[in-house]
Amino acid sequence: MTIQHSEMQEARAASEVRRFLMQRGSGGVADRTFAALMLGCALSIFAIVALILGILILRSRLSLHEFGFSFFLRSDWDPVRGSFGAVPFIWGTLASAFLALLIAVPLALGVAVFINEMCPRALRAPISFLTELLAAIPSVVYGLWAIFVLVPIMRRSVGPFLKKFFGWTGLFHGPNFGIGLLTASMILAIMVLPVISSIARDVIKAVPNTQREGVLALGATRWEMVRIGVLRNARIGIVGAVILGLGRALGETMAVTMVIGNHAAIPKSLFAPAYTLASVIANEFTEATGDLYLSALIEIGLALFLVTIVVNAIARLLVFMVTRGNTARAV
Amino acid sequence: MPHRPSRANVGRRQAANHLFSVLAILSTVLVIAPLFAILVYLLFQGVRSLNVAFFTHLPRPVGEPGGGMANSIVGSGIILALASLLGIPVGIGAGIYLQEFGGGKTLANAIRFTADVLNGVPSIVMGIAAYSLIVVPQRHFSAFAAGVALAIMMVPTVTRTTEEMLATVPNAVREAALGLGIPKWRTVMTVSLKTASPGIITGCMLAFARVAGETAPLLFTAFGNQFWPTSLNEPIAALPLQIFVYAVSPYDEWHRLAWAGALVLIVLIMVSVTLVRVVTGRGMLNGGH
Repeated sequence: MTIQHSEMQEARAASEVRRFLMQRGSGGVADRTFAALMLGCALSIFAIVALILGILILRSRLSLHEFGFSFFLRSDWDPVRGSFGAVPFIWGTLASAFLALLIAVPLALGVAVFINEMCPRALRAPISFLTELLAAIPSVVYGLWAIFVLVPIMRRSVGPFLKKFFGWTGLFHGPNFGIGLLTASMILAIMVLPVISSIARDVIKAVPNTQREGVLALGATRWEMVRIGVLRNARIGIVGAVILGLGRALGETMAVTMVIGNHAAIPKSLFAPAYTLASVIANEFTEATGDLYLSALIEIGLALFLVTIVVNAIARLLVFMVTRGNTARAV
Repeated sequence: MPHRPSRANVGRRQAANHLFSVLAILSTVLVIAPLFAILVYLLFQGVRSLNVAFFTHLPRPVGEPGGGMANSIVGSGIILALASLLGIPVGIGAGIYLQEFGGGKTLANAIRFTADVLNGVPSIVMGIAAYSLIVVPQRHFSAFAAGVALAIMMVPTVTRTTEEMLATVPNAVREAALGLGIPKWRTVMTVSLKTASPGIITGCMLAFARVAGETAPLLFTAFGNQFWPTSLNEPIAALPLQIFVYAVSPYDEWHRLAWAGALVLIVLIMVSVTLVRVVTGRGMLNGGH
């Protein structure tokens, strides 16, 4: 009791000394200038977001005025006749992102669980390093590889296989050129994998060991331990990781542009060419003739900006709740 | 408790357990397989296509064999230097504010959050923003616009790593410096920053590696150029951009050059990432956007 008391006193004294020193230290002009400069740097992050938002609204006002909200409800994209609607791109973006997550999420969770719960300690670092190297490969290199390796594989082997055995689902009809929605989703899946698995690994690691031990002590197998003790406790953070991957998938540009086929129509099959919000900008921006055309493309960029900001904000909050807050873990 | 262990279904539970183990291992293999598939194929195609001319010559027109990407390599260097020059100081400054001045204030939390969210904004949006801000008023594409677009992308990464690294500096060290009567700004610059510098350099290298491969923000800022760069105020060639143009072209000769370019680009990125990891001896590749 007395020891605690004296420790507290010491701590208080130390903090008072520190405050005194800080006050004395921050009295100078140099110090105030320095603090203001650093604050300026920090505020510039707000400024960047505000600037991007402002300039995108300004440059897309022509299209905003012309079409209003119907821009996001119209499905015709005809630059020649000056008619612009974003539905095919929204469709393509959502479909490719959804398919990519469908492929990537189970794999990413598998890797995260493997690294945290099963992997021998010596292999842990190399395997996580390898999965993260995937994130270091530039989008354009993925695209290059996809054009020359993945597309032929899809055209010759995977496509016909899917058509033969899953043709009855109606998802795989129409000609299979190798490029199209499915190929784009596959390359997208590879690209979002490291994002999801690294965050999932963090949140799984944040689950206290007592949870695992408790479940094991009840006689659970390892799978039951992972399911009940780990995944269930980490689920909010895992949802956050998935949403973060979604944000990445929505905005991914180059690799998708190179293999999705770039056709502004709602795809009727997984083999059909499609178009995403990001890829229409990449493809048509420098060729856009006329102010309305350019402004419509910038409006698509604005939509992409707002959507990814919201998606990322939600994901960050969810991940934060699990890895740093304690309340969210109460099941 | 729905998961009461009972003797009756031990076999089924064991089977589920084995199935799960197999699936987890399988998914790990499936994730690492594309990495090797890509790297091995890239190495194979790239080494076959690389030669001295690639590093010394300008691109040739269609149909003429040979030529290289020398101007793109120089152009990428210029753009990346510009982006680092603009982005890294701002990022480090913001990181210093968050750790040394911000404390637990609401403003600091809001900035932290905004930086994380900005980190997730697609790179193509940065491209349009830089186009609208710089290219439109100037009426021409420029290396400067490309540098700004990439700099904006570097800021949040550098900010967050700087903050994290400064947080590892013990308070006692700061207090000792302040106790010697050193003003706060000198304490931050010579004590905190210096102590945390290996980690901060790591963060900067990772931010650099991340933007080095970016293509989308360069499409309508750098735009590309067939000749040597002569000023920051004109369209400029860049390695990722040239890879993209050659990859989607219908010519075999250009495909060959695209592979060579991709190999050079990836070696540049992998070397910096691996170097960072070896030098600092820790896994700093968080998120890896």
